[in-house]
Amino acid sequence: MGETVQKPTVPEQAGPPAAESTAATREPLLEVDHVTLRFGGVVALNDVDFTLYKGEILGLIGPNGAGKTTCFNAMTGIYQPSEGEIRFRGERITGKKKHQITKLGMARTFQNIRLFPEMTALENIQVGADAHHKTSVLSALFRLPRHHREERDGREKAERLLDFVGIPGRMHDLARNLSYGEQRRLEIARALATDPVLLCLDEPAAGFNPAEKEELLQLIRKIRDQGVTVLLIEHDMRLVMGVTDRIVVLEFGKKIADGLPAEVREDHRVIAAYLGVPDDDVA
Amino acid sequence: MDFNALFSDFGGYTITGLTVGAIYALVALGYTLVYGVLRLINFAHSEVFIAGAFAAIWGWAAFGLDRDSVVSGFGSIMLYLLVGALIAAVASAGTATVIERVAYRPLRKRNAPPLAFLITAIGASIAIAEAFGIYTRRLPVGAPTVVKNDVLFTVFGADVTAVQLLVIGSALAMMVALDLFINRSRVGRGIRAVAQDQNTAALMGINKDRIILIVFIIGGAMAGVAGMLYDIRIGTLTYSVGFLLGLKAFTAAVLGGIGNLRGALIGGLLLGLVENYASALFGANWKDLVAFVVLVVLLMFRPTGLLGESLGRARA
Amino acid sequence: MTSVREWIYSGRHAVSERWHHAPRWMRWAVIAAVIVFFYALPNREFYQWLGPIPTTGSNFGQVLFTISIYVLLAVGLNIVVGFAGLLDLGYFGFFAVGAYTVAVLTSPSSDLKTLWPWLLALPVALVLTMISGVMLGTPTLRLRGDYLAIVTLGFAEMIRVAATSSEFLKGQRGFNQIPHPPGSYADGKPIFGVLDPRPYYWLVLTLIILVVIGVRNLNRSRVGRAWISIREDEDAAQLMGVPTFKFKLWAFASGAFIGGLAGALFAGKQNFVSSQNLELLNSIIILAAVILGGSGNIVGAIVGGGLVAYMIERFRGIELLGIQLYEYRFMFFGLVLVVMMIFRPQGLIPNRRRAAEFKDRRKEVIVGG
Repeated sequence: MGETVQKPTVPEQAGPPAAESTAATREPLLEVDHVTLRFGGVVALNDVDFTLYKGEILGLIGPNGAGKTTCFNAMTGIYQPSEGEIRFRGERITGKKKHQITKLGMARTFQNIRLFPEMTALENIQVGADAHHKTSVLSALFRLPRHHREERDGREKAERLLDFVGIPGRMHDLARNLSYGEQRRLEIARALATDPVLLCLDEPAAGFNPAEKEELLQLIRKIRDQGVTVLLIEHDMRLVMGVTDRIVVLEFGKKIADGLPAEVREDHRVIAAYLGVPDDDVA
Repeated sequence: MDFNALFSDFGGYTITGLTVGAIYALVALGYTLVYGVLRLINFAHSEVFIAGAFAAIWGWAAFGLDRDSVVSGFGSIMLYLLVGALIAAVASAGTATVIERVAYRPLRKRNAPPLAFLITAIGASIAIAEAFGIYTRRLPVGAPTVVKNDVLFTVFGADVTAVQLLVIGSALAMMVALDLFINRSRVGRGIRAVAQDQNTAALMGINKDRIILIVFIIGGAMAGVAGMLYDIRIGTLTYSVGFLLGLKAFTAAVLGGIGNLRGALIGGLLLGLVENYASALFGANWKDLVAFVVLVVLLMFRPTGLLGESLGRARA
Repeated sequence: MTSVREWIYSGRHAVSERWHHAPRWMRWAVIAAVIVFFYALPNREFYQWLGPIPTTGSNFGQVLFTISIYVLLAVGLNIVVGFAGLLDLGYFGFFAVGAYTVAVLTSPSSDLKTLWPWLLALPVALVLTMISGVMLGTPTLRLRGDYLAIVTLGFAEMIRVAATSSEFLKGQRGFNQIPHPPGSYADGKPIFGVLDPRPYYWLVLTLIILVVIGVRNLNRSRVGRAWISIREDEDAAQLMGVPTFKFKLWAFASGAFIGGLAGALFAGKQNFVSSQNLELLNSIIILAAVILGGSGNIVGAIVGGGLVAYMIERFRGIELLGIQLYEYRFMFFGLVLVVMMIFRPQGLIPNRRRAAEFKDRRKEVIVGG
């Protein structure tokens, strides 16, 4: 916890895209190591095993109920794996508290938006920024310099991030009063405010029209170009194929494929898994 | 700690504990039913109980029984018990209905936040208790001796009185009846459906408001009978006893797993027992305290109570 | 009917709009005027012009003291319930810890025979209440909302039972001759005496102002944001890096601190503390005050606390058609709560954040999630 890791300050400095790095130089960021997760008799994740490398955009796909969100929840500390472990930046995070994992540099959004509805956009982002702040009750009570410094930091971050995700000017609106698309963007901004190394997006394009999806695609690329690794759960195959460097496919809690988008698209097991879903445009 | 007192009359403390616990259990049912369906602590339920307890005494008075009357003969005892239970059940169910209509339904229609429900419940509770307090001039009201406290038989060296048998027996009988009703009847199925998912149940054509009303009526009737049993057991009634008893009953419901019918029974009996053993060990003054200590400790290890929470999942 | 209500609503809205857009100096002027008004209030020369507002049946200064204590408690409970969304039904327990700590350390009837002055006992009382808050919170704050409610209610009851039954805490006989706060006028007469309740009121009023400034500072900082994020969505808050348990504990401890302060002040004024001061109803009344005023809003808590205490006291000594209204005070109080919540469930002065529209909330407090 104590070590200071150089975290990329999100929208400020543009790091070089790291997607094309070769396997030899790839540095593992997140290792999901043979994770099994059971709820009573139900096996939600069955020996799932994959690695996420620094700087890439990894798609996590699969039909409904395949265990994608469960996998997210295991990574972010909501569920504890029954077997196996998850390592993030080489550190074992199984058993760590949720807020500690966030502090290590993992942030996420939710499939069904979970902003703080009665807080303004600014405050929502500030909560994220507070993850690395240290203002104590005493320094808040007596308005010590640290409080002022960190408030300023949170505010500047909020301005930057709202601009970055494309909703400047909504700073003082309640999250609840934002449009659906704006809420999705605000959620991404809030997650980015925690200075993540890895950003996990859980179906960020759900409910978007094609134009909005295209904008989101741009945004995800932009985030990656800032040096943030992205893990993307998505249903829309076109979106996944268009933006990801690599894809992991889950079905019934098991990994059935792992590879480049082009490879995965040709994989017969993946096609079979998706054939049952009529409104998906895989084939 | 006085272990001698406890072990010299362990059987006696057990029977007394079960008797007290049976009353807790009957009241706890009301909390659990309403909670199961509405996810709401019906704070005013203690006053539903009090309404029944007063109604029974005044009902008996209407039949010519005053505080000094002693009923004799099996037939008339049964008759008065039935009359008392009926009046108490109707009065309590009526009170519960009024509370539902006045304090909860308007808020439900407005989608008010949960805290608002709690406050109206507290308000209704205070208003009703105070109304009884003012009417009775805050004095205890004596109940007639409908059932004499004679020792009927002895189990494991403990005397069992007629009153104890009546309280435990009728509580168990009502629990069984309720259990069957919830699990077997059509209305019971409706209640379980609403408990699981209000919106889906409404889509399936179940009238939510009607189900909620039924739940309040059933819970109220149970509390009413508990009120009458309380009169018989204690022999006197003060307007303010509902608060603490309600609190204990709610504790019992949480102890067993709120929303779970059988949990209410187990929780009630367990609480009664623990309390009585504790009063033997530490003195009667401290028994109220023990109940809460037990609750806190239990919740730390089993956060959803002994049996878990599930009215919807039809704990058979 | 509807139009009248809309008119009132829009009027109120206009007032709040105007307030938020008023220049800074004007807002400060209004606040200063309000503060001056409340400092002046207990003087007969002032309140005799206020018509029926002062209580007739009892010393108005005394009534104001009681009200101010409730206001202080409401401000404290608002942190726990209003900000952090933790349903605490036993808040009065902290008041008891504060009052009894002072009593035990200062009173000649105490077994300790320390006979400390009030001012020395005060910090000990505050520290002890905070510790009791942490001790209550540590095992219980992991519980879900409705369980927390019952456990906190149990806590207040435990304190009451302990005070009634334990020999050390003297039961109903209580502790007497608790010393007053220190200080004397130029002529050597003590400021805080037996006869004049006004100095006590002024003391509490001053402390309320300080406490409100402190609470406001907390609320507009990382701490307040953490509290509100916990209230809004605890899981999401955790996933955004908020150490929720720690901040819930802080909410409890801060609330307890203020409750203990109120208790210590009460003990110093009353000279006497016994288990009869510890009705369970008190916790409920304070909670009702917070929600009545507008949970999550400091001004709302102040107004709620003041109004509830005033409502109860106002009935004292009034006779209508041969009936002592004081006897009916709690019944009316209960009915007002019901009516109030039906017509204005968000409280008199709702949290500005929630005022815009009042939609249903998934958040469990009593409605489980």
